[in-house]
Amino acid sequence: MGMEGIGARVARKEDRRFITGTGRYVDDMVVPGMKHAAFVRSPHAHAEIKGIDVEQARKMPGVIAVLTGREIKADGIGNLICGWMIHSKDGSPMKMGAWSPLAVDRVRYVGDAVAIVVAETKGQARDAAEAVVVDYDEKDAVTDAVAALQPGAPQLHPEAEGNLIFDWEIGDAKATDEAIAKAAHVTRMKIVNNRLVPNAMEPRAALGHYDKGEDHYTCWTTSQNPHVARLVMSAFYNVAPENKLRVIAPDVGGGFGSKIFIYPEEIVCLWASKKTGVPVKWVADRTESFMTDAHGRDHHTEVELAFDQNNRITALKVDTIANFGAYMSLFSSSVPTYLYATLLSGQYDIPAIHCNVRAVYTNTAPVDAYRGAGRPEATFLIERVVETAARELGVSPAELRRRNFIREFPHQTPVIMNYDAGDYEASLNAAMQAADYEGFEQRRAEAKARGKLRGIGMSCYIEACGIAPSAAVGSLGAGVGLWESAEVRVNAVGTIEILTGSHSHGQGHETTFSQLVADRFGVPIESVSVIHGDTDKVQMGMGTYGSRSGAVGMSAVVKALDKVEAKAKKIAAHLLEADEADVVIENGEAKIAGTDKSVPWFQVALAAYTAHNLPAGMEPGLKEGAFYDPTNFTFPAGCYICEVEVDPDTGQTEIIQFVAADDFGNIINPMIVEGQVHGGITQGVGQALMETCHYDPETGQLVTASYMDYQMPRAGDLPSFKVSTSNTPCPGNPLGIKGCGEAGAIGSPPAVINAITDAIGTNDLTMPATPQKVWKALRAATKH
Amino acid sequence: MYALNYHRASSLEDAVKLLGDSEDGKLVAGGQTLIPTMKARLAAPSVLIDLRHIQELKGITVSGREVTIGAGTTHAEVAASKEIAQICPALCHLASHIGDPHVRHMGTIGGSVANNDPAADYPAAILAMNATVVTNRREIAADDFFQGLFETALEDDEIIKAVRFTAPAKCGYEKFPNPASRYALTGVFVAADADGVRVAVTGAGEEGVFRSSEIEAALSKNFDAAALDGLSIPSDNLMSDIHASAEYRANLILVMAKRAVARAKS
Repeated sequence: MGMEGIGARVARKEDRRFITGTGRYVDDMVVPGMKHAAFVRSPHAHAEIKGIDVEQARKMPGVIAVLTGREIKADGIGNLICGWMIHSKDGSPMKMGAWSPLAVDRVRYVGDAVAIVVAETKGQARDAAEAVVVDYDEKDAVTDAVAALQPGAPQLHPEAEGNLIFDWEIGDAKATDEAIAKAAHVTRMKIVNNRLVPNAMEPRAALGHYDKGEDHYTCWTTSQNPHVARLVMSAFYNVAPENKLRVIAPDVGGGFGSKIFIYPEEIVCLWASKKTGVPVKWVADRTESFMTDAHGRDHHTEVELAFDQNNRITALKVDTIANFGAYMSLFSSSVPTYLYATLLSGQYDIPAIHCNVRAVYTNTAPVDAYRGAGRPEATFLIERVVETAARELGVSPAELRRRNFIREFPHQTPVIMNYDAGDYEASLNAAMQAADYEGFEQRRAEAKARGKLRGIGMSCYIEACGIAPSAAVGSLGAGVGLWESAEVRVNAVGTIEILTGSHSHGQGHETTFSQLVADRFGVPIESVSVIHGDTDKVQMGMGTYGSRSGAVGMSAVVKALDKVEAKAKKIAAHLLEADEADVVIENGEAKIAGTDKSVPWFQVALAAYTAHNLPAGMEPGLKEGAFYDPTNFTFPAGCYICEVEVDPDTGQTEIIQFVAADDFGNIINPMIVEGQVHGGITQGVGQALMETCHYDPETGQLVTASYMDYQMPRAGDLPSFKVSTSNTPCPGNPLGIKGCGEAGAIGSPPAVINAITDAIGTNDLTMPATPQKVWKALRAATKH
Repeated sequence: MYALNYHRASSLEDAVKLLGDSEDGKLVAGGQTLIPTMKARLAAPSVLIDLRHIQELKGITVSGREVTIGAGTTHAEVAASKEIAQICPALCHLASHIGDPHVRHMGTIGGSVANNDPAADYPAAILAMNATVVTNRREIAADDFFQGLFETALEDDEIIKAVRFTAPAKCGYEKFPNPASRYALTGVFVAADADGVRVAVTGAGEEGVFRSSEIEAALSKNFDAAALDGLSIPSDNLMSDIHASAEYRANLILVMAKRAVARAKS
């Protein structure tokens, strides 16, 4: 391992600039002559635009331009697209409504952008934006997906009759229905997965710069995937051909999925820069982020779980209505289909599964991937219904799970996923031990004596990440492949640069990717630089999301390292007049095994770049690239146990302990992995107890548009987590990595809700389980 | 925020004059309500008059059981005041739970009382302790001061100089914070003295802080949490929003009152 190699708890190199205020985010970027933009946004959830009067705004101090949807369409800028084709059961393609970067004749959610004002200062841009007069003809709005499907509901898009985008299914309906019909026991539930606002610490921002002299665009954007932004803006939005468009995602303050998508703002800023001849910068304020960042989750589901006499699961039937918001965001269609339904087997051996998903337009912000993207929805569903079934069957939650665990691998589920390796019982045992599960009833009694209600709940989650094998997702409708790229560039005197298509916006790649090189060659990580985020510097890559940078991004680095190592060994062997097969590279030098003949690493590099004495026919240089396409998803899994204490007088829940026993395969940096788990659990607790995005059902106004009303988890709300990992290495990639970025957010909500419902003795509780809701549930239960 | 002119008043007199000279000037002390409102562009005063540097508004004086707190005193200063803690620890406890440390080092008692946010903490203490609001013109009794949502008895050019009260024999404050904003979802201040019991509720009433006659009556007979068992608080005229229904607030009033009494007695 070494002190800085794989498995080492190396402190993060990038933290220095982040914690001393010297990070460089989009808002820090300054281009000479740069001006500021403000967007005019719809105050209505649903309205026709009868006219836009920009005359007064244009005359205001400092205003350079006021531009509208009509003008952007006239210049041939394309509409935003969803890049993953999903077909309905009847074979028809998903009904994609038109989404112009600036609304032309209709607005469909509060915050929908209608015009852009460019001015000398931000304040002047905002003042002028307020002076733009839009003649709106208000329409009725619908914010709830179930309501939007009802006859007579306000219709959002002519392309989608009844607001239905698609009606999709997976699995075997016939086998599932038959199994349910003859089941010994069926547990039925209605489950809501509450809508969340992503709330990355850095709001979105874009700086568009058209350089007239070079006829070339540069876009600084808060993106998790700058190359994808470049591809999409070029191929679909007609901003510019790729070779005339540079996209830079510098330091980005968190994404959690919300910064994957290409939004109207960056497209409009680029176009506006060409139109006005000045660089145009826009930075969201927090309320703008609340209104326009893609939201997450928002499912309504009915589920049936069938058992035989021996409490073995025989079938699972799921019917989900997914709220897509007003427009289809870039990956939206994949989230409640191939990232959701394919996980419905959970950790269990289920012979028959069927899932139906209806995707629906409503007058709310577009919904797309948010930490976990489909897998939290699947896990909440399964782990709530399994826990509920255990209560109904009078079996312990652990026992019911043990009886149904998958124990042999590889395991083909009925919903496409083929699980490669895992040991679910090991995680369950580890978690129960760490939580002192056996001692719980005594703790419950002690709490009761104090007038408090204790509960304990578990969640045995599995997820699919490391997305994804390109041909596989292509066949499922994805418009892109999900491979990753890397170049390992050894410099002339031995320092190394990794150019990766992955993007770090909090994940610590500058450290962990360096650890791979330190591990391989024994060079200090200080001598390794990681370069990402700039399409001019780095070869095409697919970016960071779906917990893929370890499993896919690092695998590409490993392949490139393999090539570098092979060439370096050839060079060293030549220099040392030995056999290539006898060369070992470690501790920063190349040596001949069993001798004291060695040459320091820098000299190998120098030899490559002076080329005075290279093996015959060898090209100078020491730089290799690789593209890695995964052969399967990876399957992190684990067991989370949550113990809570509820105050029956107020309904307030305190989390007494939270145990996480995860299997992430091989781990590069345990400290960073722990950080990911802590953060993920915190986000899951946020969903379970605190966060809810609330639109007024009548007016469609976003009521939770700031932290005055949207509760975020704070450090004081949480105990110190007890986290541990076990390891069944992933057989699918060279490092045996499964990934860990989303697991915490995926596995935790059901553990929390299972615990609270155990505490209060009633199962009728939706997320977020706020004190008011818990208090009401308790009262409703004690009335009966 | 819109562009504006900022003046740092050197004295109360200076502040009154600056206020009179401007058309839509506003006074700012800690700015913990006004500045966020201005950032959201919901308020647009063209002139801001800063009271924070006026000496005569500062300072805490304790004489026997009489406490006088300058209007410009921050929540952090009240929370940390050993003199107040000796005779009225409930007020220190209240101040120490307003907002967060950043808020507490800027926000002032004068600002909080003048603003009369229906979910602010201080109004409950002022009303329950029958405090006097001392302005640059007169003295106003607590019962006359709070007049509704964000409404007080202050005239347009009237500035609070200090808040004065006699520390009750026993008092306690307990609040259930709004989970998002940490304002009082319901806060109850109970004060017991030879004259009787006063109980003020903040965060719950549709018209802002109010006295609960039901709880006062019960506690007058027996100043103990048990006296409130089985009491039912009416939920009409209580606020109902996405965070709490009127019914839940009614429940919290009772629970917080019991806990405030327990604190008062400890």
